[in-house]
Amino acid sequence: MTNAAIEVTELCKAYDGRPVVDHLSLRVAPGECFGLLGPNGAGKTTTLRMLLGLVTPDAGEIRLGGLSVPRLAPQARRRIGVVPQFDNLDPDFTVRENLAVFGRYFGLSRADLGERVPALLAFARLESKADARVSQLSGGMKRRLTLARALVNNPDLLILDEPTTGLDPQARHLIWERLKSLMNEGKTILLTTHFMEEAERLCHRLCVIDNGRKIAEGTPPELVAREIGCDVVEVFGDVPQALLAQLAPLAERIETSGETHFCYVRDATPVVSALQDQPGVRYLHRRANLEDVFLKLTGREMRDD
Amino acid sequence: MTEHDRHDPGGPPRAEGGSAATASAPRAAAPQAHHQPRPEGPRYLPGVSAWMGVWRRNFLVWRKLAIASMFGNLADPMIYLFGLGFGLGMMVGEVDGTSYIAFLAAGTVGSSVMFSASFESMYSAFSRMHVQRTWEALMHTPLTLGDVVLGEVVWAASKAVLSGLAILVVASVLGYARIESLPVVLPVVLLAGLAFASLAMVMTALAPSYDFFMFYQTLVMTPMLLLSGVFFPLSQLPAAARHVTEWLPLAHAVALIRPAMLGRAIDLPWLHAGALAVYAIVGFAVALALLRRRILR
Repeated sequence: MTNAAIEVTELCKAYDGRPVVDHLSLRVAPGECFGLLGPNGAGKTTTLRMLLGLVTPDAGEIRLGGLSVPRLAPQARRRIGVVPQFDNLDPDFTVRENLAVFGRYFGLSRADLGERVPALLAFARLESKADARVSQLSGGMKRRLTLARALVNNPDLLILDEPTTGLDPQARHLIWERLKSLMNEGKTILLTTHFMEEAERLCHRLCVIDNGRKIAEGTPPELVAREIGCDVVEVFGDVPQALLAQLAPLAERIETSGETHFCYVRDATPVVSALQDQPGVRYLHRRANLEDVFLKLTGREMRDD
Repeated sequence: MTEHDRHDPGGPPRAEGGSAATASAPRAAAPQAHHQPRPEGPRYLPGVSAWMGVWRRNFLVWRKLAIASMFGNLADPMIYLFGLGFGLGMMVGEVDGTSYIAFLAAGTVGSSVMFSASFESMYSAFSRMHVQRTWEALMHTPLTLGDVVLGEVVWAASKAVLSGLAILVVASVLGYARIESLPVVLPVVLLAGLAFASLAMVMTALAPSYDFFMFYQTLVMTPMLLLSGVFFPLSQLPAAARHVTEWLPLAHAVALIRPAMLGRAIDLPWLHAGALAVYAIVGFAVALALLRRRILR
């Protein structure tokens, strides 16, 4: 139990008396992909910044690969690659220069980088853009370059803050595929995301946090089975109140978000037959997924902060 | 940094193609890599030369636009030097026992050091800190905020040295200064550059946006330019103003640079150098403390 890649114990941080991270404990094993899920303002980014030693915790303990953070954070960061939420590629340099200059910050020699940079360009599928300026890249290319840059020091641990936010589906799938190949190499990955599909595809294990507190943890199938454990029929369109009243006894429960009604059902047949031939009403019968878990745990109301 | 200071000789970068071996290695072996104390320590002492990576980054960017950048750095002080030197020089004749343009050349070295160090440390560093998020990326490496700020301040001082020395060279070629003063002027402009860069970095730490720097320019730099003996001897100032002058870093810089450039003995050299060093060190410490509060919270 002492060999965790990440070990966080009772971590606390408050801003102006308001707790942002509240007695959070996590363990991530080497080679594991761990997802940190939560609505905006849940404390995900603050947690990541504390792991990197960029924010000093009020209380609690952090160990990365056995190194105590923030005390040994610069040393710990030698073995970490970071993909931040907002691109911070160097706009004054070309794609190739971004990788080479970043490598020098880790003390890598020009000879090392001579081998490393072309391999990273190939990994990011950016060989043809090697001499382009960052401003000439698409959003997906920038993300891939940021990911390649995070690998320049051959890290054991990758920390990814919303790696695919703002990308189109093609670009997102390519990032997922690249992350999978890194997992096959045995890298440990910690990622935050809003995309439940992303978490479901990539993460071995994940935890949901809200208001800085851990409210659930497990593998994606475990969480779906434990928190939902049944099918879902989504009903939307012009849904009359009378129809809802008719559906209520047929479902375990019904939740409403915007104009969509989520019917949680052990057996979907009676609900589906009640919905057939209803003019203007559309429905979708599906298995429960991580999004249902997330919304159940964190509520369906909008988060603005 | 040298070519040989890579910190990680024990772990050459794995080839991307060599991943299969890692993936199929037994899981039990992997944690050791995390847990064992790594035999290789950093080759450079943290904080001593790690900051040079930041300096180098700025140098590499500057090098791309070096000609335009140097022209911009030099054109402005030269225009002042020759415009005022010849124009005003005709009217005032000799000042302090020398031609006005020679008097002004030494002052212009000081003022251009102030301007170039301050502007680099405010506008350019603010861009890298706030707009481009370059500092954030730097702190995702083993570099610390202290390394980043030190690298920025030394970089700003380096640009100041370049612009100060260029004026010295031009003035020497034209016979208004003695190039033999270089061994004295070089360390002085470096020290003055560090002082102005550190003081301006305090403003950068406090700035919500670029507009904020106008306050420093208007309320600090411009009065300092006029009260430091750049354009006229301090003896012209009323006694009350001279008490203020004693506290101005630019006045201390000019008090060192002018006698050196004119081949005269420097009065109280260690007092002036000490004052500049205090501004550099205290300015840096205050800037770093403020930046820690701003960034590492």
